[in-house]
Amino acid sequence: MSYIELKGISYKYPVGDEKVLKDISLSLEKGKVYALIGANGAGKTTICNLIRGFIPHFFKGDLDGEMLIEGRDIREWEMGDLAQKMGYIFQNPFTQISGTKDTVFEEIAFGLENLRVEVPVIKERVAEIIKLFGLESLQEKNPQQLSGGQRQRVSLASIMVMDPEILIIDEPTSQLDPQATEEVFKIINIMKQRGKTIILVEHKIELIAEYADRVILVEDGKVAMKGKTKDILSDIKAMDHGILLPQYALLGYEMQKNDRLHEIPVTESEAIGVFTKWMAGKEN
Amino acid sequence: MAFLTLTNLTYAYPNGFTAVENVTMSFEKGESVAIVGQNGAGKTTTVKLINGLLKPTEGDVMIDGWNTKDYTTAQISRKVGYVFQNPDDQIFNSTVYKEIEFGPKQQGLSLDEVKERVLHAAELVGVTKFLEENPYDLPYSLRKMVTIAAVIAMNTDVIILDEPTAGQDYPTMIRLGAIIKHLNEQGKTVITITHDMEFVVNHFEHVIVMANKRKIADGNKRDIFWDHETLEKSMLKQPHISRLSHSLKFGNNVLTIDEIVDELKEAKKNGHAEKERYEVVV
Repeated sequence: MSYIELKGISYKYPVGDEKVLKDISLSLEKGKVYALIGANGAGKTTICNLIRGFIPHFFKGDLDGEMLIEGRDIREWEMGDLAQKMGYIFQNPFTQISGTKDTVFEEIAFGLENLRVEVPVIKERVAEIIKLFGLESLQEKNPQQLSGGQRQRVSLASIMVMDPEILIIDEPTSQLDPQATEEVFKIINIMKQRGKTIILVEHKIELIAEYADRVILVEDGKVAMKGKTKDILSDIKAMDHGILLPQYALLGYEMQKNDRLHEIPVTESEAIGVFTKWMAGKEN
Repeated sequence: MAFLTLTNLTYAYPNGFTAVENVTMSFEKGESVAIVGQNGAGKTTTVKLINGLLKPTEGDVMIDGWNTKDYTTAQISRKVGYVFQNPDDQIFNSTVYKEIEFGPKQQGLSLDEVKERVLHAAELVGVTKFLEENPYDLPYSLRKMVTIAAVIAMNTDVIILDEPTAGQDYPTMIRLGAIIKHLNEQGKTVITITHDMEFVVNHFEHVIVMANKRKIADGNKRDIFWDHETLEKSMLKQPHISRLSHSLKFGNNVLTIDEIVDELKEAKKNGHAEKERYEVVV
């Protein structure tokens, strides 16, 4: 049994005439990082809304097909149970912060407080997450005074403290500078090591190459390609579906025009390996 | 004298927070310039000083002979167009058409001229088929394109784009590059704030680096992206291809795929003599 399964899903929002998802079938395993990629408007965020139950629980519209989490149809799940199972991180870190708490520590404790977890347990869990994410220096600061990158890390911490099994992260770095982006991805990697299933919407293809296990390429409401990250991001055909391959893969294809490479690299470390061998003449 | 100059510019917000300190930079007519640096480095405050949304606490901004201190923001808006970082700070009309039309309408043009400007700008950014829609029914990335069209329609000499690449997909990035090129060809000065170093490599020559409220570097992209001290100070990264070239210990300050292909071929030709060098890297 798949952990999360979409079988022949089609969906149309209550407003609008066109289906935004068209016969999508996917099967997601527990503990892997899935990157949803594709042009804007392809249906990536709609797939996120479906997996977290907002479709059909909040957005009505026309939903066909089956969407199963642990074998149980999404329509039968209670939203409260889904909310405990899944954490959702907003694109804009300024939206996620509650605005009602004076310190980062309290902000991270907010969700547990609402569940009426006992105070000593809250303190223990918040302290653990702060340590895990390296947020010690920020814990007494006012969340409103943090930079965008710091806020996004606090947002991730406030979700992780709830210990959801599944994390849905929709373009976490689009507003961030390169340094903050890297910090956010390091945290995503920590979550992965903790066995979380992560569904990530992201445009920065070199980061996907580095961190995702699987890639789902969506185009015009359909799954255009899916598979292992390396297989998809080294396949020139992906370029026909509204994405750019990593710079390293593009370089690989450029080199293949007049010489043979046994492998198209997708990450920096693969590129160093492939081209070092090529230069030493060990390729042929 | 350059078309646009900022001289010893300092800006403190009314609450006393200084966001920009002693910044001097200049821009030529028709050039495109990228401003890069961390969040909070002072980039947005600097460009808001250029378009007169903010007036300098110290120093001067001169645009085509005007000192911004002597003109109202409305007057300056005829020379400098500013596309906000967040499109929702900018959009206030009920249709895309009305949003793009608003600026040129204020400039006392005939209805025909206004219409021509709107249609041209909409075509350029690719929102023609959404002209009758409410901008807030469009996704973020398209709302951003609507705000760019609204500023292009003003036909100003200087156009400032504040993080146009944030959250944009690959087809839109290509379009953004084409828009900047088109504006340059029309003699417009385009100043762009971005976090995307590949975008800078592909579409700009002149790069300004800001860090901690100050300008710390200003020059050609090749010099900037191979100035490791500046990159470290500003917490920036080399573009991916440059970084790979650096790891492979190539010279010639590579920026593009074509350039690194040449380096690779050259290195292979001289392979045996240099072999040990690469084994160290692996």
